[in-house]
This record gives sequence, structure tokens and C-alpha cells, in this order.
Amino acid sequence: MYELIDVRKTFKRGPTEVHALDGVDLMVGEGEFLAVQGPTGQGKSTLLLLLGGLDRPTSGRVLFEGRDLAKLQEAELAPLRASAFGFVFQTFNLIPTLTAQENVETALVAARIPVSERRAFALEVLDDLGMADRATHLPSELSGGQQQRVAIARALVKQPRVLLADEPTGNLDEQTRDEIVGLLEQLWRDRGITLVVVTHDSAVARRAQQRAVIENGRVKLPEVTTPAPRGRVVHPSGVSRP
Amino acid sequence: MYFTYIRRELRRRLKQSLVIALGLALGIALVITVSSASAGVKNAQRQVLHSLYGVGTDMTVTRTATRSQVGPQRLRGFGGAPPAGGARHIARSVLHPEPGSATLPASDVAKVSSLSGVAAASGGLVLTDTSFSGVIPSAGGGFGGSGSSTTKPSFSLNSFTVDGVEIGAGAVGPLTRTQVTRGSYFSAADASASVAIVSATYAHQHGLQVGSTIHVAGKKLKVIGIANVSSGAADVYLPLATAQKLADLKGKITTVFVSVSSASHVSTVAAEVKAALPSATVSTSADLANEVSGALSSASTLTSSLGRWLSVAALAVAFLVAGLLMMATVSRRVREFGTLKAIGWRTRRIVAQVVGEGLALGLLGGLVGIAVGIAAAVAISAVAPSLGATVGSSFATGGGFGPLVGGRVAGSGPFGGARTVLVHLTAPLQAHTIAIALGLAVAGGLVAGAFGAWRAARLRPADALRSVG
Ligand SMILES: Nc1ncnc2c1ncn2[C@@H]1O[C@H](COP(=O)(O)OP(=O)(O)OP(=O)(O)O)[C@@H](O)[C@H]1O
Ligand SMILES: [Mg+2]
Repeated sequence: MYELIDVRKTFKRGPTEVHALDGVDLMVGEGEFLAVQGPTGQGKSTLLLLLGGLDRPTSGRVLFEGRDLAKLQEAELAPLRASAFGFVFQTFNLIPTLTAQENVETALVAARIPVSERRAFALEVLDDLGMADRATHLPSELSGGQQQRVAIARALVKQPRVLLADEPTGNLDEQTRDEIVGLLEQLWRDRGITLVVVTHDSAVARRAQQRAVIENGRVKLPEVTTPAPRGRVVHPSGVSRP
Repeated sequence: MYFTYIRRELRRRLKQSLVIALGLALGIALVITVSSASAGVKNAQRQVLHSLYGVGTDMTVTRTATRSQVGPQRLRGFGGAPPAGGARHIARSVLHPEPGSATLPASDVAKVSSLSGVAAASGGLVLTDTSFSGVIPSAGGGFGGSGSSTTKPSFSLNSFTVDGVEIGAGAVGPLTRTQVTRGSYFSAADASASVAIVSATYAHQHGLQVGSTIHVAGKKLKVIGIANVSSGAADVYLPLATAQKLADLKGKITTVFVSVSSASHVSTVAAEVKAALPSATVSTSADLANEVSGALSSASTLTSSLGRWLSVAALAVAFLVAGLLMMATVSRRVREFGTLKAIGWRTRRIVAQVVGEGLALGLLGGLVGIAVGIAAAVAISAVAPSLGATVGSSFATGGGFGPLVGGRVAGSGPFGGARTVLVHLTAPLQAHTIAIALGLAVAGGLVAGAFGAWRAARLRPADALRSVG
């Protein structure tokens, strides 16, 4: 699905140069669940932005299904972002003035789904995530975990091939964290999507099929965790299902 | 979604939205008020011109007398030395052009009306009837005060204004058919008849009715109509030929009244007339405005300079503030727009969203501004006092000849140097003003939206994950 070859990202701030990514090589297979770990400020978010076509590397290639995202025009990237990638953020990033359902619909606006069908799609996904009864609530009326569910619904409603999550549980308490991770894991298994989760929480990373650690802008050899065949994953912590 | 989003966002930042909308509203209200008021002032100026020269007149053509022409004219009225010895009664009534103005051949009317851009032209005689009656003591005693005579001098001096009107001149000229409210207008058969139409004011002052008799230049005339004319217009109207006969000015006129086919051509036509009749003085309502002093002139200055600048400045400030506030708003929504970009919204769509918000504010401000502007214009029309416009003699007669040489004088006395016309100031609302206001509102909204959109368009989606808050 992804192949990253010698990817570098350098930020220039005046005289100082920050090498956020300093020669990253990485493969992500289709339908894989990859956890990216590493200490703060090591380039995890930067990597995720490149994977989502939200930023361009300074050098190197970011191949997604054989196309180099670094070379695509903005006009080609926008439809990719709208259909192929789903994003989940640490801070949820819901539009505060829109209800849960409307927030989910924003993703369908981008994917150019006709207005008449948006409502049904959005409600269906919210229902899948156990949020049907909160569809008309504003983000401010929802708990953190509920907001993140809405955000996940927004990422999923367009049926993306890749779900990219940057610290999706960073702002949540432990119980909610387990809930959300369990949810992501279940979605990954049920829908066969590729899941990349950035986290510095080992409890989250432990669930992944693949783990990569970023340090000093480089990916250390991915550790292979329990290769969990789809549908037969053991849940050590007994995550409560939505 | 699009409109829901706009509505919710504007409501979320209600205070800011109100500041933007009310700022635009203020600017737009000012534009409407000022342009209505200035239209009102222009109307008033036209009214002053019309009260001097009749409805439909866009310009007048007169000729300035040279001194040698003035002299005999004045002497003609009061000529003749009092005979020696004893007091003597004098009663004279003379019809003469206004001092300082000279006559034109009647054929000049045809010259003017043949010019392109002239819709209609008619010739008229603008005259004053001055009657003098009194007792003058004999040359030996009277003025010297030697005491040999007991007779004290006593005078009475009366004057009223008389216009000779070309019959069948259509809508241009000092008196038109529609202004006659009682009796009738001159018919073709009246061309040189001894008939007159008097102004309602004059009729009231002198107890005249249709069928009454008046004296002009000592001749009896029958009143066949009463006309409702504006405050400064002539008292008595005669058929042109009758006036020419009474004033002893056969084949002469003092004034050509010109109406122009399009108001925007006035200055062009004025130049043409000037070229065709080099010795004539051409006066337009714009010239009149320069001659007018008093409250109307202050109102004119107020609306044309202060008002205009004020509304331009207010609009500019409103646009700028709206733009900057929108930009600040967008800056505070970096994460929101970054997120939308991250989930696939095109820059175009985000720009449309921001411009839509600006436009909604512009329309809101526009509606409020138009309502306030209309209210202000209506209020001006309702409460504005009548403004006095004092027209210097030079305009009325075409030349200034010192304090004794008067223009037309409304009623007080024959020798006033200027004449005051009272006009009611209104602020008429014009459809195009509202349209312009609406256009400005939309423009304001677009400017505000564009400022914000410019900021939003430069957002990188990566900022969605960076900016916290
Ligand atoms: N836009 C930018 N301008 C300058 N420097 C940047 C920019 N974005 C990231 N950096 C720098 O690049 C490095 C990597 O940042 P990144 O956000 O990828 O780290 P991270 O691994 O996600 O950290 P954390 O775990 O705290 O989220 C950091 O040193 C950061 O300061
Ligand atoms: Mg990060």
C-alpha cells in the first residue's frame, strides 16, 4: 500500500534546520495495522502528514499504490484525501458549530456524495459507532470519547482505504482509550482497511500488527509483534465493544 | 450544509458579526442619506431655477446690457423734469426689462431650437412694471428746504413682475398650461389680446379673480386665469405679443428658455448656444448653484463635499474593518479549516465558505443600512425646514450693475439687489441609490470575504494537526 524511500523532511527556521525526518524507509502492506511509536518531537506527526498527502517531503518518495504523493498536484491530492484517507486527530478537530451528524457529513461534502444521501450515510456510520442517539448534539455537548467516536465516524463514512490516526487516544482517560483502541481495531478487522496509528502509548501500540519506532528522524527496524490473523485477534485487556 | 454552516458560524461569533454588519450598515446608510439629500439639494436648485424661469427650463439665454443701454431705459420710465412752480401729481406706470438686461431679437429662439440637444426653446420677455405716483413739490421750494412751500413730497412706488409668454411653446417657459389652476391658459386667439394670467399669490394679495381687471403699463387687461407658480416666479403673465406691445419692444425678447433633451447634455448644449449666440449669456442650473447663497447653498456644500467624503470614509473604514475582522476570524479557525482540508475539502470550497460568510454579513449590513438610510431620508424630507436661496442679481439679469440694479424682486420693493426663493428640501429616494447601496453591501461582503478567504487559501492542511486550541 505504502512504500517510503529515503524520505526526508527538513524545517528551516531562520538559521536552524530541523531534520524532522532524516531518511525514512518504510513499507506498509495493504490491510496492515501499523503503530508508530517514539518520543516526542521525533517526527511521528510529520510522517503521518506525508502518508495522508497533507504535506510534501523535502526529498524522497512517498508511494501510495504506486503513485508518488510528493509529485501529485494539489488538484489530484484533494480527491485522494477526500476518498482514500481518513484522518483522526488527537484533538478530535470537530467543527464546533456543527452537530455530530453534520460533522460526519462534512466528509461526504468533500467526497461529493449527493446531499440527499449524506444524511442516511452519516446516521448509519454514527449508528455503527454507537452514537446514533447523539447525532443532533454539538461537539461541546459530547464527552471526549464521544467526540473521538464522531471524528472516527467522519473518517470512516467515506469508506477510506487507509485510516491515519495521530495520537487518537492522547486526550482520553485510560478506559476511554481502551474503548477507542478497541473500536479502531475492530474496524480494522471488520473492514479490512489499512490502519496507521501514531502513539507513544505502548498499551495502544501493543495491539498493532506492526510497530515502528521513530527516533532522530529515522525508523528503527519494525518489530514484528504477534502476527494476528484477521478475525482471530486476542484482546488481552478485554476492550468493551461499542 | 453550506448555509447551515454559514449561519452557525456567524451566530457563534455574534458580536464580531454584528460589528462587521453594523459597520457596513452605517456606511451604506450614510451613502443613501447623503445621495438622497444631495438629490434633494439638486432638486431644490432646479426648483429655484424653475421658480425664476419656469418649469422644464434647463437653461436660459439672456443678454447683458451695456451701460449705454441701461441709461435710457431707466430714464424712459421716470423721464421728464417737473415743471416749475407748485406741486405736481405724478402717476406713471412703466413696463421695462429688468435693469441690466438687454433684449435679444426674437429670431434667436429659432437659432437656439435648431441646435442638436435642444428639446425645446421659447422666447419670453421678463419685465417689471413699476408704477410711481405721488406729489412732487415745485422746483423752487421742495428739496432745498427753503421753507417757501408747505407741500411735502410724498411718493408711492409699486412694482410687480411681468412675464411675456410665448403661447404654444409647450412645456418650456415661465408658465405652462398645467400650472393654471383656475380659469384658462392663453388660447391661440389670445396671441396679442389684452388678457393676463396672474399668480395665485398676487391674486390673493390684490383680491383678483378670473374676470378681474388689472393695469399693466397703464393699460387695462382682463384676468383669464390664476396660476399656481413657485414662490419667486412672476406675478403677471401676458401673451408675448401683448407684452412686447406694452413694453414697446416689438420683435424683441429678453430671455430664451431652453429645455435640453438629456440632463447630462446641459453643459454641451450650453457651449453650443454660446457659440451660436456669442453676445448672449447662458445660464444653467449649475451656474445658478454658484450664484445661490444662503441655506440652500450651505446644504449643497454640506452634501456635496462633507457628506460625500464622510460616506466614502465611513465605507472605506467599514470595508477595512470588516476585512480585517474576517481575516482575524479565519486565523482563529486555522485548525477548523486545516481539518476540513485534511478531510478533502478543496481550497475552493473553503474559500466559498468564507466568502459566503462575508456575503451574508454584507447583505445583512446592506439591509439594515438601507432601512436606516431610507428612514433617515424620509426623516429629512419630513422635518427639513424650507431653505432660503438668495440669487444674486447677476444671474437673474446677466450682469451686476451695483446695488441699485436689481434682479427680479419678489415683492418687497423694486430696487432690491437680490431675490430670495424659499424651497422645501426633500431627500428623494431613488431606485438607483438603493441599487448602488445593495451593490456596495455585496461588495463590502465580498471584500470582507476575500480578505478572509485570502488568509484561508494560504492555510496548509498540515496546520490542522499542529495548531492546538
Ligand atoms: N512546521 C514546522 N516548522 C518547524 N519545525 C517543525 C514544523 N513541524 C514540525 N517541526 C519540527 O519537526 C520535529 C518533528 O515534529 P513532529 O510533530 O513530527 O513530532 P512528533 O513525533 O509528532 O512529536 P509529538 O510526539 O510531540 O507529537 C519537531 O522537532 C518539530 O519541532
Ligand atoms: Mg505529534
